[in-house]
Amino acid sequence: MPRHLLSAGQLSRDAVEHLLDTAQRIDQAIAGREIRKLPTLRGRTVVNLFYEDSTRTRISFEVAAKRLSADVINFSAKGSSVSKGESLKDTAWTLQAMGADIVVCRHSSSGAPQRLSNWVEGHVVNAGDGTHEHPTQALLDAYTLRRHLGDLAGRRIVVVGDVLHSRVARSNVLLLSTLGADVTLVAPPTLLPVGVAAWPAQVDYDLDRALRGADAVMMLRVQRERMGGAFFPTEREYSRRYGLDARRRDLIAGHGIVLHPGPMNRGMEIAHDVADGPNSVIVEQVANGVTVRMAVLYTLLANEGAGV
Amino acid sequence: MSGTVLITGTRPYGGEAVDVLLADGVVAAIGADAAAGADADALRVDGAGTVLLPGLVDLHTHLREPGREDAETVETGSRAAALGGYTAVFAMPNTDPTADTAGVVEQVFRLGQAVGLVDVQPIGAVTVGRRGERLAELAAMADSAANVRVFSDDGDCVSDPLLMRRSLEYVKTFGGVIAQHAQEPRLTVGAQMHEGDVSARLGMVGWPAVAEEAIIARDCLLTDHVDSRLHVCHLSTAGSVAVIAAAKARGTRVTAEVTPHHLVLTDTLAEDYDPVFKVNPPLRTASDVEAVRRGLADGTIDIVATDHAPHAPQHKECEWDQASPGMLGLQTALSVVVDTMVNPGLLDWRGVARVMSENPAAIGGLVDHGRPVAVGEPANLTLVDPAAEWTVRGAELASLSANTPFEGHVLPARVVATFLRGRPTVLDGRLQDPTAAAATTPAGRS
Repeated sequence: MPRHLLSAGQLSRDAVEHLLDTAQRIDQAIAGREIRKLPTLRGRTVVNLFYEDSTRTRISFEVAAKRLSADVINFSAKGSSVSKGESLKDTAWTLQAMGADIVVCRHSSSGAPQRLSNWVEGHVVNAGDGTHEHPTQALLDAYTLRRHLGDLAGRRIVVVGDVLHSRVARSNVLLLSTLGADVTLVAPPTLLPVGVAAWPAQVDYDLDRALRGADAVMMLRVQRERMGGAFFPTEREYSRRYGLDARRRDLIAGHGIVLHPGPMNRGMEIAHDVADGPNSVIVEQVANGVTVRMAVLYTLLANEGAGV
Repeated sequence: MSGTVLITGTRPYGGEAVDVLLADGVVAAIGADAAAGADADALRVDGAGTVLLPGLVDLHTHLREPGREDAETVETGSRAAALGGYTAVFAMPNTDPTADTAGVVEQVFRLGQAVGLVDVQPIGAVTVGRRGERLAELAAMADSAANVRVFSDDGDCVSDPLLMRRSLEYVKTFGGVIAQHAQEPRLTVGAQMHEGDVSARLGMVGWPAVAEEAIIARDCLLTDHVDSRLHVCHLSTAGSVAVIAAAKARGTRVTAEVTPHHLVLTDTLAEDYDPVFKVNPPLRTASDVEAVRRGLADGTIDIVATDHAPHAPQHKECEWDQASPGMLGLQTALSVVVDTMVNPGLLDWRGVARVMSENPAAIGGLVDHGRPVAVGEPANLTLVDPAAEWTVRGAELASLSANTPFEGHVLPARVVATFLRGRPTVLDGRLQDPTAAAATTPAGRS
């Protein structure tokens, strides 16, 4: 396990398996308990440093840290010294002085957690940086996929939507390929980065073709704020070509599952009845997110000798 | 004669070792006559092992004054320039206020004169405030004491084709040239680095090569149409080299520059998100680097210009997308050119003189710089030790800022001495008293 979790690409297959196994053990350890809490990180401080609004991810990390008995500080850029012009470096030094063991950083700038890791002695976890990566999302997706599909080697996973702006897609491509899965990206060419050919993934513009027999389909949120960028003509046309409705859902394998990182645009990239349908594991992803993030926090500090 | 300088055993353009005598601001003698012409109190400079070049001329420098004196001033930039072997620099107009009036360009010009280490020639903005909306008073700047001949909205592209056409036409009345920052704005909205494999992986908005190439192609056609002169700033892609080559082949009056950093650095350096490598245009791919080197060697690209862009620490020690683009260049340019062009055999010392002195002086209309190392010519000269090696330390550079992409790199060749109108501004690699140099008369121009 590297010192910081900045990118899914920095994790070896062994490291990923170890994290997912740890998450599974945590799940089992907590399952029978009346109080769903472990004393593992007592006395440790986890700072949620969020420069970008993300209630879901922040709460997920907060619950994960609290279930490990860590002290949690939520630091939001809004209304803080950051809004008064304090630099990331000065903020890092402040957190350092306050003894943060782990800084969970969400930032609208790609690479900001990596910059931060140069300036703090504690561990840095990337909780989503710009359009770069969201490695814990990829870990929780892999955890969810593994629970339903078992070993992911050779499994066919289709990722659909705004790949260009999606940190979730980047992290998933890297992590799933590390685990041996066969990833296909489906999007209009305008929503695929120019260098996508170098990624360990297939690219297809035809969703129906890509979905046939797939083991899982992962829908990406279409960011409505991008609508002005001429990436596609209309919401309706996008939905027709790249939205997941029940007919398309039925193209995937019988055991296949539907994932979405949330929040969803129901009726746009995913139909209501698919989001809530029998193959959907979207709610389960949220629960698994807490478990996987517990595994990440635990593993980072366990490398320093924190015992279970 | 007081104030004379005798350089012994130096090799003009890397040729045979000779003595060179400087007197009254000109090269007074070369060879056997030189020592004989030196009087007893002449300054003697041991030039053994050195190469003598015409003083370097930078057509693209950011001196930041007025407005951002925390990043650089005319004085600190002049110091860096002299130490880098330059005798003249052209100061870009993206200051605050913008150098878009006779008043501001004269201010920069006078500041340069007062420092006296290099001739500071202001570049005027093409449009008011560099906003790309209406032409600045170009003739007023041309007629001012600063005698401006180069105009640029550098940092931004004159993207409006009509405005670009009009500016190309207008500067013909006083022999001016439009130096274009070629960047199609709609194709580069929010761009942070070169668009390609690396930007896709790093999740950064890409700056596609075609956004540069399309503007250069358009401007070359406009230049043909109105029969004017175009200079392309910091060309960075293989496609741009091809566009320039095609334009020159059909007779377009276009010149082009490449920066030292685009001769060696690539987009993979963005992988650590360290904004010291953020620059505009962005670092490109290895094949682009190869192409611009070839373009410089074969004359498609006319000059090396530093795009020296100092920034205060807070604008570089931050997130990549919030950082200011730009790199220091004045003190490392010659070494980088030696490393990338001379040592691999792509350019000889005459070639260095051509691309770093003669051509930039000619494009900018400076008549006393970029002259041959010959008797009777202005003694604006640079003495280089090609065998030296040095380790770049940003904090030790003369610039007020330290944002060098070559931090810790060992570079070849070092400027030993620089002479401005016969007076040493740098000796033994150290700055000399600027007030002594300031006493001389500024260079004339066409």
